[in-house]
Amino acid sequence: MAPAASKLYADDVSLLMVLIDTNPFFWNSINTSLSFSKFISNVLAFLNSILLLNQLNQVVVIATGYNSCDYIFDSSALQNHNQKGESLLQKLEEFVDKDESLCRDDSVDGPGFSLLSGSLSMALCYIQKVFRSGPLHPRPRILCLHGSPDGPGQYVAIMNAIFSAQRSMVPIDSCIIGAQHSAFLQQASYITSGIYLKPQLLDGLFQYLTTVFATDLHSRSFLQLPKPVGVDFRAACFCHKNTIDMGYICSVCLSIFCKHHKKCSTCGSVFGQAQTQDSSTPDRKRKTSVDN
Amino acid sequence: MYSLLVPSFCAINKLSSALFQGGNYIFEFDSFADRDICREFVAAAIAFHGETGKSTSEKPAAALQDEQLSTAEMEHRIKLLQEDNELQRLHKQFVIGGILTEAEFWATRKKLLDQNDRRKPKQRVALKNEMWSVKPLSDGQSNRVTFNLTPEIIHQIFAEKPAVRQAYLKFVPNKMSEKEFWTKYSRAEYLHSTKNVVAAAAEAAEDEELAVFLKQDDMLTNEARRKIRRVDPTLDMEADVGDDYMHLPDHGLLREESKDVLDSQYEPYRRYFSQDLNQHAAVVLQGRVVDVELGDTRSVAEALARTKQAELANEVSDGNLEKDLSHRISRVAEIEDLQGPRDLAVAPLCIKDPRDYFDSQQANALKPLGDAGSGVKTLKFNVSSVEAYGSLRELISEIRVTGLSEPITDPEVAFKVLSGLTQNISSTKYHLGKSPHESILDSLPKVTKEDLLHHWTSIQELLKHFWSSYPITTKYLYTKVTRLKDAMSQVYPKLQEIKESVQSDFRHQVSLLVQPMLQALDAAFAHYDADVQKRSAKSGERPNGFM
Repeated sequence: MAPAASKLYADDVSLLMVLIDTNPFFWNSINTSLSFSKFISNVLAFLNSILLLNQLNQVVVIATGYNSCDYIFDSSALQNHNQKGESLLQKLEEFVDKDESLCRDDSVDGPGFSLLSGSLSMALCYIQKVFRSGPLHPRPRILCLHGSPDGPGQYVAIMNAIFSAQRSMVPIDSCIIGAQHSAFLQQASYITSGIYLKPQLLDGLFQYLTTVFATDLHSRSFLQLPKPVGVDFRAACFCHKNTIDMGYICSVCLSIFCKHHKKCSTCGSVFGQAQTQDSSTPDRKRKTSVDN
Repeated sequence: MYSLLVPSFCAINKLSSALFQGGNYIFEFDSFADRDICREFVAAAIAFHGETGKSTSEKPAAALQDEQLSTAEMEHRIKLLQEDNELQRLHKQFVIGGILTEAEFWATRKKLLDQNDRRKPKQRVALKNEMWSVKPLSDGQSNRVTFNLTPEIIHQIFAEKPAVRQAYLKFVPNKMSEKEFWTKYSRAEYLHSTKNVVAAAAEAAEDEELAVFLKQDDMLTNEARRKIRRVDPTLDMEADVGDDYMHLPDHGLLREESKDVLDSQYEPYRRYFSQDLNQHAAVVLQGRVVDVELGDTRSVAEALARTKQAELANEVSDGNLEKDLSHRISRVAEIEDLQGPRDLAVAPLCIKDPRDYFDSQQANALKPLGDAGSGVKTLKFNVSSVEAYGSLRELISEIRVTGLSEPITDPEVAFKVLSGLTQNISSTKYHLGKSPHESILDSLPKVTKEDLLHHWTSIQELLKHFWSSYPITTKYLYTKVTRLKDAMSQVYPKLQEIKESVQSDFRHQVSLLVQPMLQALDAAFAHYDADVQKRSAKSGERPNGFM
């Protein structure tokens, strides 16, 4: 459902926010079918083809690092059009340097977590700015090229970003280049009616990108695109950030806990004591199963 | 035989339990209204109890009396059950089946019960659309013309002709009796119907009161003027069926307009059909403004007068309306370049029906907890950050040096990808349906789908009560949990039955859908068993009759 004003544009003008996972620990640990350089070259070719589809299309690239996130490319910024790829790579290098300087861990086990919530928030802020720029604007969508595993500590922030995207009617597409499915991005794509895809052949990443993710929002109403079988709706508990499907919920703010607590850490409400003299343990608030 | 002088609902409530143990009863009422109210209630009570059959009729009766409910409460509950099929099924299954008590069932639905006042129980009767056209009964023999005036017609006359209303309030009962008033009015109407304007003027000159009825209604013109000032000048030019002037002259009403040109002294006595029609239409569309009993003419007139007064006072005090109107005009007939920024379009927040998510839970069935589903093992080794960032930087500079490769992808790989995607999409389309909103559930036969969803909601209900009873602190909770456990164990064979009743191509999918329900039940049972063991270990001996 497009805001009425954007009808003044052609239907297929899009603003694509691409969130690239630049977590070095993930890229270091990946099994070799897709190296980072191959990945970046596929993405660059994809960005070029998006810009070729329509003269008014815009692309913005945000790098999702281990310690920080930043914009590394904006096609609407005035620059020499022949140097687009060069400037993107330049900015990417600078970003990696900055990210390293912010790094506080000397070493990390396994792939580590990238700051997806940060880059989602930055993308949504940019989109809001575009919305407020006037009646003429392209239809925005977000594409997450993600490989790092889900960081449970970011569950709340990511869910907030997802709901905000849903409310602004911005679809979040996800292309998973890592080894495992991402429950957060599955939920994101489901809730915002985006596309979730985990490519089988990472060599042909460019083909996946142009076939599935280059489609603009208007065309999606009559194109058949891949649909995932099911979505993992399980939540993560707020105390340990573990994924759970049965737990305790505070009846005031609906925060989820895996173990019994005396006080809710989010809203501060105190859980009451039992009324009878039979047991001395405090009465728990309603325990509900969390599997939907 | 019971004779009720005043309908007593408590009496009926107590009777209802006696009613369903057999026997016929005859009720006698004083007025039709009483009888109607009682009849509705009894019909609802019969429908409610009729389904349960004879054997269980005592239980709900006992439950009713235990709770000391007011009749309105009972009525409301019955109504809620009648309106929502799903709720009724759940109620029948649990409360009538003896698994939950009435109080427990409704305890989690307080919000539904609170919506008592929102709807009116009966439909309100609107005003008649028929204009009171003068078709008096005249018998050919004598010169008498009879007019029939019912309270309904009187109400309509007062609503449409404020001058008559004012005259009534002024003249009756001071100057003339009601009967005289209406006789005069009828005479005025008769004169109008003869279209003899000159005669009307003549009679008006003689009889002052008659003149009031014959002249044009000043109050009406004032009202019309006021309304015109408040009309929205922006016009929707789209033509619709209501703009059809061609087919029925005079909109089907019998009226003849006299085309003679008369002297100006007769002008005030002329009546225009279009004016009458417009006023009649406006009044009918406004609906019933007063809710007074129609029998007493005087009170009707006064009530209408009061309403009009209040409206007038409101309009005067509401000076903002004209300002709002001018704002609205400037907004609708807008010039885009001169407009400021407006609020963004947002999707409204809504709480979705959990049944929509039902089929998406299959994914949970396949993935055990804690495992994000990786088939490929990621090499878990410890990497220093310097190394990691360093290698990343190297890779970036590699691209800068070599640039994009040509071709970007090996054509064979690209072809494989494309055919894989196509196959994937067409197979899901085949299995799940064409539109992205269709799901597995829709492809199952309707009965199965209904059964599955119903089982799911009933399992949710049982589990809700089950989990809320822990920790078990009283004997009551203990018996409740036992009841619930027995009910839950009966669900397993039912689900198995559903699985077997489906065609073999769907069987796998149905078992995937059923899996989360079974998992939830299993978790509940595991908790129950663990709790029982803890208790028996604590008490050191097995309670009687326990397995």
